[in-house]
Amino acid sequence: MTAVSFDELVVAEPLWNRERRIGVGLAVAGVAAAVGFGALATGEPARFTLTEDPAGGSVSIDGMFGAVLFGLLAAGAGAVLIVRAARRWFAWLLGAGIVCVLLSFLCWQISSAPAGLNFMPLVDVLRGTFLAALPLIFGALAGVLCERSGVVNVAIEGQLLTGAFAGALVGSITASAWVGLVGGIAGGVLISAMLAWFSIRYLVDQVVLGIVLNFFAVGLTGFIYAQLMRPNAERYNKTPGFPVWELPLLSKIPVLGPAVFTGTLFLFLGLILVVVINVALFRTRWGLRTRSVGEHPAAADTVGIKVLRTRYVNVLLAGAVAGIGGAYFTLDLVSQFSQDMVGGKGFIALAALIFGRWNPIGALFAALFFGFADKLATYLSSISSPIPSDFLAMLPYVATILAVAGLVGRVRAPAADGKPYVKG
Amino acid sequence: MNVLYGMLQPDEGEILVGDTPIKIKGPSDAIAAGIGMVHQHFMLVPVFTVAENIMLGAERVKGGFLDRREARREVIDVSQRYGLSVDPDAMVEDLPVGIQQRVEIVKALIREVDLLILDEPTAVLTPQETEDLLRVMRSLRDSGKSLVFITHKLKEVKAIADRITVIRRGRTVGTASPDTSEEELAALMVGRSVILAVDKQPRERGAPVLDVSGLAVDDDRGHRVVDGVDLTVHGGEVLGIAGVQGNGQTELVEAIMGLRPTLAGTVTLDGRDLRGRSTKDILATGVGYVPEDRSADGLVKEFTIGENLVLDLYDRPPFGSRWAMDLDAISKSAKERIAQFDVRTSSEHAPSSSLSGGNQQKVIVAREMSRPLKLFVASQPTRGVDVGSIEFIHGRIMHERDIGTAVLLVSSELDEVMALADRIAVMYRGRIIAVVPPDTPREDIGLLMAGVVGAEGRP
Amino acid sequence: MNDSPPNPATTTEAPTTAPPADKEGEPRSLGRLFLHNLWTANTVTVTFLAVVLAMVIGGILIVVASEDLHPLYGYFFSRPTDALTASWDKVSEAYLNLFRGSILDVAAIEGWINGTGRWHLAFFPIAETLNYATPLVFTGLCVALAFRGGLFNIGAQGQAVMGMVLAGLAGFALPLPPGLHLLVALLAGAVGGLVWGFIPGFLKARTGAHEVITTIMLNYVAALFLNWLLLQNGVKDPARLDPISKVVHSSAQLPRLLGSDLRVTLGIVLAVLAAWGAAWMLKRSTFGFELRAVGANPDAARTAGMSVGRTTVVVMALAGALAGLGGSTIVLGAQANALTGPAAGTIGFDGIMVALLGRAKPWGVVGAALLFGALRAGGNRMQSYSGIPLELVTVLQALIVLFVAAPALVKAIFRLRAARAARLETSVTKGW
Repeated sequence: MTAVSFDELVVAEPLWNRERRIGVGLAVAGVAAAVGFGALATGEPARFTLTEDPAGGSVSIDGMFGAVLFGLLAAGAGAVLIVRAARRWFAWLLGAGIVCVLLSFLCWQISSAPAGLNFMPLVDVLRGTFLAALPLIFGALAGVLCERSGVVNVAIEGQLLTGAFAGALVGSITASAWVGLVGGIAGGVLISAMLAWFSIRYLVDQVVLGIVLNFFAVGLTGFIYAQLMRPNAERYNKTPGFPVWELPLLSKIPVLGPAVFTGTLFLFLGLILVVVINVALFRTRWGLRTRSVGEHPAAADTVGIKVLRTRYVNVLLAGAVAGIGGAYFTLDLVSQFSQDMVGGKGFIALAALIFGRWNPIGALFAALFFGFADKLATYLSSISSPIPSDFLAMLPYVATILAVAGLVGRVRAPAADGKPYVKG
Repeated sequence: MNVLYGMLQPDEGEILVGDTPIKIKGPSDAIAAGIGMVHQHFMLVPVFTVAENIMLGAERVKGGFLDRREARREVIDVSQRYGLSVDPDAMVEDLPVGIQQRVEIVKALIREVDLLILDEPTAVLTPQETEDLLRVMRSLRDSGKSLVFITHKLKEVKAIADRITVIRRGRTVGTASPDTSEEELAALMVGRSVILAVDKQPRERGAPVLDVSGLAVDDDRGHRVVDGVDLTVHGGEVLGIAGVQGNGQTELVEAIMGLRPTLAGTVTLDGRDLRGRSTKDILATGVGYVPEDRSADGLVKEFTIGENLVLDLYDRPPFGSRWAMDLDAISKSAKERIAQFDVRTSSEHAPSSSLSGGNQQKVIVAREMSRPLKLFVASQPTRGVDVGSIEFIHGRIMHERDIGTAVLLVSSELDEVMALADRIAVMYRGRIIAVVPPDTPREDIGLLMAGVVGAEGRP
Repeated sequence: MNDSPPNPATTTEAPTTAPPADKEGEPRSLGRLFLHNLWTANTVTVTFLAVVLAMVIGGILIVVASEDLHPLYGYFFSRPTDALTASWDKVSEAYLNLFRGSILDVAAIEGWINGTGRWHLAFFPIAETLNYATPLVFTGLCVALAFRGGLFNIGAQGQAVMGMVLAGLAGFALPLPPGLHLLVALLAGAVGGLVWGFIPGFLKARTGAHEVITTIMLNYVAALFLNWLLLQNGVKDPARLDPISKVVHSSAQLPRLLGSDLRVTLGIVLAVLAAWGAAWMLKRSTFGFELRAVGANPDAARTAGMSVGRTTVVVMALAGALAGLGGSTIVLGAQANALTGPAAGTIGFDGIMVALLGRAKPWGVVGAALLFGALRAGGNRMQSYSGIPLELVTVLQALIVLFVAAPALVKAIFRLRAARAARLETSVTKGW
């Protein structure tokens, strides 16, 4: 008796798979950019300054030439994708293509800017990107902690808001930024404690719960703001800030230095947390257990891991991290709390979480992407771009939609995410 | 067993280990007492590697970080010691079922258990893999371990056990030795003689109804799981597809029903091409479908029985038109079907979640048989169903066959296939490797299911 | 391979015990039976107690955030009655005004009876409640229907805004005879919302993009779009400097039902009709059947031949249209007669809570919308007369929904008996 061997059946691959379609989209966008932006661009140079000094070192390119060049490069990337010449480089080609379309667009915008403003301060933009991304980073990290253990966290917005509020309130009353930070953490933990308690103990649906908690946070902070802070801002709503630190050698690196290695506590804390959480999640015992609880809680239970307690701890930690993110608003960005100051960043953080595939490093890059969209809108508005400011402000939101709909493909959450664990 | 392993708490009674009563409050207590368990539904995290799964809960830690190297070493050590080779770096979700089970066993052994409980371990194994498992169990026994082997397959019990305990409805009803006959064991199990025989009249088969040729289908992960299948089902016959789960049967049936894209080959019903047509169309042209997983795909738990009975008929007369439904007609028909198919329930308005597994399955069968059929496709129709309902469903399948419907039956229960089918097609690794008559010896079919084709390899 | 254990979130509660008979062995009277069943965890009791609980917490918040009460608590232990009576007075006055503003103002009724006041003042609270409830019924239905279809439509706000925008544009830009004008404006509003609901539905069906994120993003896009629109020529009111659109013609406005002094309009009638339509659709129509099947078990629905993608798109479009109508009732109704940035308030978000409170059932939504409308109307008065900020109403609303979503908690707090076969939670426990 012998085992039979079988040949492979040869079957035609579908003509229009995802790569091809994205390639076509990119090629079309590239050509449109080359033609459209090229036509609109002026012959003025588009300058990208490398230092904080507007007249200092810069890279310059002719506006029209640049717009056409980058458009064609993007179209080229799209063409490569269409003929599927380099399948392994899909992500890189797509990224490069998007960057080229963006550069083409910028060449138009910058060269058309009024005189004296026709440059893009790279340092400022990079720094602005990081700062705009900071609350998103904290929010997405909170999401990672929470969801990796299997609890969906839609309440990031509420946690950020309460963190901001508590940070402002406590910081004001105690006139200390550090104590304010602790207050902010407590604020975030308050909301996440409710999330944990109602979803783990009472099995309330986690998405519903998250939404309701967001309303609760808005109402609670708004109410106390109106009652205490607005009438008496001196006492309750005037927060001290944190000093700006410059890391010794690193802050002297051109372009990167002033942007990434110069900042307040929050910037460094955020970046450090990304690394710490990443290492903890993938290389420590706590991380392995957390992930097992999020993927297959029954399996974790059978080896003696306490599923519910792990989830409680993770959700509370998530609240603490989000609380820090919230405190950033009121203890660093501005020095007072105002209603609706979070403005949807909690939801963009959620999108960053998904875009980053529930991974701290991925979330960081996703957050930077959205932060860049935000900063770009501000910058374009400052050079009196012909595009109306309201439409520019839509940029981060539209980018989010495109990200979750188009570019990400189907992503996989932790397998037990959102499902309450019941023994037996 | 869940009590022994600490997953549930006992209401009465006690557990003694070496004459000392102990309290087991959780799996860690059980493991500390030297009890390990290999679960029926594997307790493995699919996205972790073998080593990560094995060390979960008993991780080796060095300097605060996971010591993966040490974990790998231990896995290789234990697996070699007991002859259970596993690759510590493989991702569990990529492994075949038999290997996953080995991982479960190594996971228990590495914690130095004295007593190993195996809960229905052979449910998903080929006869060959089952032999391997029994060999491993013998070797574990010989090295001094105690094993509790839970199964409903009498042949296995007789092949491996030193002592047999029969449990029915939560009570121990008897002990036996491996020499006890199968009939006596079966009688102990169900309390009466059970003969799994079906009244199958010989019948002339009619014209071909379903014709599948060169079919190729991928699974969700892009692997080719149906790799050139040819089969024909004639009116008035039951074609049974035998094979261990996971050889492409699920995807084959889904492709025929339009639930999964076909990549190559043809599927025709009475000569008309089924490929590319919507499931709704296919059902409407006279196909009945009983899906493999009734709670996921067959019924909407929250709906009433009446609503479930019209799940694919609600927008056709007499139950409804394009826009609105006739609730009275639905209710009346539901009452009739419930009576006709002996569904045990208080009312057609009860939610279908209130039904037992067997009754739920009868609802699905009733639904699919309430319209004239050319083809009836049933996938694992009696899985998890009580004996009485099994008999009823088998009777209805025979009835369809007798009135001329073509029946395609997919089942991993070989006894069922042998009892019902007029022809048996054995599926292995995405292909039909043989089609044999139902009086073929069981061992031969078992070998075919394991991919072994004899010198006379019948087409 | 048995069935998986029932999801506890949808498990029926254990059956209740029968009320004990009297000593003589005779069954108790109807009154006693009613009371016995009242104190069980059925939906009405739970909702009522949730409101009570929310108000208690709200009362605590009022006290905590009242600066004038702080000194009294400073010497709490020496003279507790001062702090306690002052707190009680403040809270009860606030809640009395809540009641007076939403349901009955006894003073106004007395005035009407003895001729010193007009009847309008007596009906003012109810009219206000109905006025605020009107758009909430629409947005509540919007979210509820999407919920039943298995979708979290957080975008009701954006859909309502777009509906409001189109209705407003039709209202001041189209010269049409009365009657027809109103109809066209309402239709335009529905279309606006429909498009804004179609987009996330389509994206979900085609790409799997999760609707929670896409709808929330579209909310912001809609708000920004409105801001931009208000500055455009042709839309903005040339006579004014602030961002406000032209005034909607009276021929497009919803007629007022109780005279021009009271703010209740035909909108509430339309809202109730919409609820009735939604109830009919869910129960009797084929599409309603598909919607419910896809929402409960998309795999079984697909296996039975239904098109999950198509159902998703249609549900979201329909939901969007409803929210659009809700937005229309604002600009064509009594709350505003021109478009402004904040005109739509938070009706979309309130709609989410109304849907949750109403357990995603059409008539439940109507009841919940009335409750929320009452809270809002009363909250206005509470703010003007007692100085309590309106945000307290948001807190109350969120707490009520929270407690209703966790009936086991309410049951534990009040020691309710298990209700007869009560299905308490709307469970959609499926995460992403």
